[in-house]
Amino acid sequence: MPDQEKYNKADPLADAGTEEEEIQSAVESRTFDLGTMEAQTLIKNERLDDEPEVAAADDRVKPRSLWQDAWRDLRRNPIFIISGLLIIFLVVMAIWPGLFTSTDPLKCDLSKAQQGSESGHPFGFDGQGCDVYARTVYGARASITVGVCATVGAALVGTTLGGLAGFLGGWSDSVISRVADIFFGIPILLGGLVFLSVIPSRSIWIVVAFIVVLGWPQIARIGRGAVITAKQQDYVTAARALGASNSRLMLRHILPNAVAPIIVVATIALGTYIALEATLSFLGVGLKPPTVSWGIDISSASATFRNAPHMLLYPAGALSITVLAFIMLGDAVRDALDPKLR
Amino acid sequence: MGRYVIRRLLQMIPVFLGSTFLIFVMVHALGDPVNALFGDRAPDPVVAAQIRKQYNLDEPLWLQYLIYMGNLFRWDFGTTFNGQSVTSLLATAYPATIKLTAVAFTIEVIFGVGFGLISGLRRGGWSDNTVLIFTLIVISIPTFVTGYVLQYLVGVQWGILPATAGEDLTLESLLLPGIVLASVSLAYVARLTRTTVAENSRADFVRTAVAKGLPRRRVVLNHLLRNSLIPVVTFLGADLGALMGGALVTERIFNIHGVGFYLYQGIVRQNTATVVGFVTILIIIYLAANLLVDLLYAVLDPRIRYA
Repeated sequence: MPDQEKYNKADPLADAGTEEEEIQSAVESRTFDLGTMEAQTLIKNERLDDEPEVAAADDRVKPRSLWQDAWRDLRRNPIFIISGLLIIFLVVMAIWPGLFTSTDPLKCDLSKAQQGSESGHPFGFDGQGCDVYARTVYGARASITVGVCATVGAALVGTTLGGLAGFLGGWSDSVISRVADIFFGIPILLGGLVFLSVIPSRSIWIVVAFIVVLGWPQIARIGRGAVITAKQQDYVTAARALGASNSRLMLRHILPNAVAPIIVVATIALGTYIALEATLSFLGVGLKPPTVSWGIDISSASATFRNAPHMLLYPAGALSITVLAFIMLGDAVRDALDPKLR
Repeated sequence: MGRYVIRRLLQMIPVFLGSTFLIFVMVHALGDPVNALFGDRAPDPVVAAQIRKQYNLDEPLWLQYLIYMGNLFRWDFGTTFNGQSVTSLLATAYPATIKLTAVAFTIEVIFGVGFGLISGLRRGGWSDNTVLIFTLIVISIPTFVTGYVLQYLVGVQWGILPATAGEDLTLESLLLPGIVLASVSLAYVARLTRTTVAENSRADFVRTAVAKGLPRRRVVLNHLLRNSLIPVVTFLGADLGALMGGALVTERIFNIHGVGFYLYQGIVRQNTATVVGFVTILIIIYLAANLLVDLLYAVLDPRIRYA
């Protein structure tokens, strides 16, 4: 090992003194001579301007961040474009359902119960004689609200707790991980059946809160792993050596580098949360009428499926397409952020 | 190995206690079970007090929990309000769910790993694309929709398999519910297997095995598949609990009197002992499955040693 010998030969103390001096001067210049430093950077910039050729070369090999790279990949990915357009369409439908239908989903005519499609009512009527098309359009709001809010909530709670566990380590890591295990150990549908039958009110927000409570451990696990990986990188050690505080380290250095896997998991989870809301409504513990939701409609149509399959198939189709769009989006984002898996 | 198992078992204790306590608290928040027992009539206060005494309901919640846990160690899950022991309920309900889960799990492993292997080996080919599109569709259709549609098509319209299972469960009657229950997990397993197989098929050890002149079958099964199975086994272990929990939707569609059925009855009748007993067993199964997975790692990859 030639390097080792070289190191042994040289007197380590000889360098130590000069190094210390250098550091001291650097500190001095930073704390007392800010003006000089700014001037120096200005000078540097000017020098760069003096040599346009070098600047152009710099421009060409300008390093792109992970996000710019991912965005370049995504723009060319047909799956991303298709799922993105579908999601925009569904979100518009959720916000302004009036654009797609003028029929009131709650205005029903019992004499038309279970009838097939007719002019003005392309999807036919459900068991109460309500227009299936209008109910399918208005159902998007409940599903997408639950999906988006539950994902945002679970991602925030999961990232915060998982990130803290990974960053702090030690006993706080053990405590957070064991608490996550406790929530992870409860099967989500059984938990829903028990927890949601406790609460008399069945507003959307109760269902969202439930999904957040049982969904955060999944994201916390991913976040903890990502933070532990990011924490060991050299730039974190460097930032710490420069005296960055814990909160600065976490927010400026670790979080931006650990957030990619969390986004991927959260996007895919969004699709599954929408399906979960429908399943809970199907079991009778999710949303309740008069809220218009695909899960409620599928559940009430299931009893008469053999006589009037259209009542079940249209809301089920809309639900499946929504879940599909979000899972495809998650797949595309994962491929862009993690090229190894391609 | 022995020390590792003991450490894992010790780690499970707080998780087990936490999960069961959470369920215990939630179930008791359902309302006063004694009032529910009397339905619309107002209970005679003396009788109500006696029932409360009998079931320890007059104690504070944490003490009730401690008494319950103490009984649990003697395999006594308490009694329901109509005098049935929960243990006997468990004995009637669990075999049905376990049979259903076993059928579903077998389907999931065989077809999931099989499809994933085919897809991963012929990356980019038509069979790969078919598997990818098929799994994506299966994942995005919720289980209860798949259940109703398949029940109608296969069971009623074509009459290939029985549409409902009913009381005595045969393999034939469980095949359709098993497929429905397995479908979503099967798709995940296939995608996971595909990813790891595709990643490992470019690994050095596969190239070495091919260069040695080993038959393709041996390369794929002994070298490629075995090394690709670790993430799949992790998923399968965690999924076993989810399958048993998720079985309640399938059980409802196909009229199987398993865990889901009794649990639902317990919640409607506010029978605390039933609900806590059933969920406790499910949590134990889930934890045991996860431990088993960790031990299987060493079998699949001899480089992994437990200190």
